[in-house]
Amino acid sequence: MTMITMAEAINQALVYEMTQDQDVVVMGEDVAGNGGVFRITVDLLEKFGPDRVMDTPLAESMIAGCAIGMASQGVKPVAEFQFMGFIYPAFDHIINHAGRLRNRTRGRLSCPLVFRAPYGGGIHAPEHHSESTEALFSHIPGIRVVIPSTPARAYGLLLAAIRDPDPVLFLEPKAIYRKFKQNVPDTGQALPLDKCFISKTGSDVTIVAWGAMHAEAMHAADILEADGISAEVIDVATIKQLDMKTILTSIEKTGHCVIVHEAARTNGVGAEIAAEIAEHGLFSLHAPVKRVTGFDTVMPYPILEKKYLPNADRISKAVREVL
Amino acid sequence: MKKVAEFFVEYFQFLDKDSKVVDDLPEFTNDRGFLISLYRSMVLTRIFDEKAVRMQRMGQLSTFPSSLGQEAVMVGTGAALKKEDVYCPYYRDQGVLFRHGVTPKELFIYWSGDERGSAFSGAREDFPIAVPIATQSLHATGVASAFKIRKQPRVVITMCGEGGTSEGDFYEAINLAGAWNLPVVFIVNNNQWAISVSREAQTKCETIAQKAISAGFKGIQVDGNDIIAVYDKVSQAVENARNGGGPQLIEAITYRLSDHTTADDASRYCPKDNLDKAWDEEPVERFKKYLEDYHDFNESEDLAIKDECSKEVDQAAIDMLNFEKPNAESMFDHLYENFPEALLVQYEELIAMNKEGGK
Ligand SMILES: Cc1ncc(C[n+]2csc(CCOP(=O)(O)OP(=O)(O)O)c2C)c(N)n1
Repeated sequence: MTMITMAEAINQALVYEMTQDQDVVVMGEDVAGNGGVFRITVDLLEKFGPDRVMDTPLAESMIAGCAIGMASQGVKPVAEFQFMGFIYPAFDHIINHAGRLRNRTRGRLSCPLVFRAPYGGGIHAPEHHSESTEALFSHIPGIRVVIPSTPARAYGLLLAAIRDPDPVLFLEPKAIYRKFKQNVPDTGQALPLDKCFISKTGSDVTIVAWGAMHAEAMHAADILEADGISAEVIDVATIKQLDMKTILTSIEKTGHCVIVHEAARTNGVGAEIAAEIAEHGLFSLHAPVKRVTGFDTVMPYPILEKKYLPNADRISKAVREVL
Repeated sequence: MKKVAEFFVEYFQFLDKDSKVVDDLPEFTNDRGFLISLYRSMVLTRIFDEKAVRMQRMGQLSTFPSSLGQEAVMVGTGAALKKEDVYCPYYRDQGVLFRHGVTPKELFIYWSGDERGSAFSGAREDFPIAVPIATQSLHATGVASAFKIRKQPRVVITMCGEGGTSEGDFYEAINLAGAWNLPVVFIVNNNQWAISVSREAQTKCETIAQKAISAGFKGIQVDGNDIIAVYDKVSQAVENARNGGGPQLIEAITYRLSDHTTADDASRYCPKDNLDKAWDEEPVERFKKYLEDYHDFNESEDLAIKDECSKEVDQAAIDMLNFEKPNAESMFDHLYENFPEALLVQYEELIAMNKEGGK
């Protein structure tokens, strides 16, 4: 049994798929010689050579646009944005082209690519390095947004994302890149996209989370368990398109729902989940849905980031409020 | 075939790596006091950087990008700014900001991970540090446009690394600056590395300076380890822009003698030979030797400057560490001039959370 971190699991998935599929290439700033600023692509250059592992010039619009062109030819780029805060120059290509090339050409061309980016707070990084803006991308038709929460899910979901014939934005919660390890057998087994995972079953409340907040939700469930409160924890994993069926089924059972995300509250993905529950699960609820989120402020610099980010205490407190 | 246009790029150096004078020195080199003030700013910048790296290692700063080896680029640029000019920084240009009125304490506060470090008590119109690469190039064109619209004889300087010149924003900025003949000077700190990506991997251009030619204006190279060359050419470009002569690009050729930031380990990709060679050319010793050889600068003057700068930096560090910590709800400060009523709910929630001793 080899216990590995999420960082290692992502690397393991890249190596597996690049070995299996000659069309898969890796590109981005500092991904080749340096193995990525988070060391996620370490040793890929040595293993697969400079034709398949490419340091790009410093330009995100170029990375996205070029990856789209490659993908139209059936090359499968896994392109890295160094931090989520630096994706925005690429937004034009993501929304105007990646998300609609298939649609615009009536299926003649497609865009089988993965955009990877570390995201989220908790590592005392400088400004612009710590925000979570998954909601911006979750509003774009034609792309998937996937966020792993454990090493095993990172491995299985990244394989699925690379194999998927459409563009996937794969956001990696950098706070937990190396926080804990799991046994992740290198079997090449993908996990399903478009599906939530039930990480812990429970009967009193459903806690919905993703990314680094998933570990906080699990921790909150432990705290609550000690007080005899049984929480079910759902890892959303694919943020777009949402698997509401799993969430609604859980709420039918528990009658309570707390949604957790570190992104700002207004128009966050939590709002969409709550709206779906209001439309399709209202009569399952015994109390209003509650959100535990970041605030509608600019993501604060490191000195206040702990005050901004939700944690197990805030989550368990919210659960007690709805019960 | 007929030739319709032809271009060249000039390179300027006054002091070679052994501090020998290799070209006719500009006027200002007769002003010993000014030269010593440049030297002092370079020493201050180096001591600040060394202190900041040590403080980061001790957990007192979050991340820090040293400008080790690039002090001449920074100080020569900063010295060319007048008080009423505006600077649009990137993040490795503490030496420019110091010359324009930003204090070491403020930059310590910024890099400790505290917004208040950008409140700049001195340089009131300068932009804050720009972490998203090359975005500042466009802001500089906007500030310059405002000067032009209002017919003010003011100039903007902006800086980025050579890696930053690959960004669309950079190309868009130089194009606009040319098209509108804006009073803006683009400085490129070509320190040979964009984190681990080398200058050669970044562009096929022989020079970064020639990018200006594509935008219709002059681009030159200077020896970025020669403070005389940097100051001379930047101040000429600034005064030319002030007089309606339009933009210029100055590529300062230097070397990043440190890691990219404290989060980087350059030994993974930067060949040691290159680094050793670059140390032979570094700007502070080069200028000091020139001052000794040509201006009777002596050891006791040098020691006095170093002592003074160390004290200033140490005091700034103490001031930063003693700076009262912000309260949590200050994250809502300065979001809007007119605070939306609906946002009060969250503001009060945060205050309540902290009252309960919420973690
Ligand atoms: C838009 C954007 N993309 C990526 C980054 C991450 N990043 C920070 S510094 C850097 C390299 C910059 O190199 P260069 O422009 O040459 O300046 P230097 O840091 O060497 O002075 C990168 C890629 C960023 N800050 N902003």
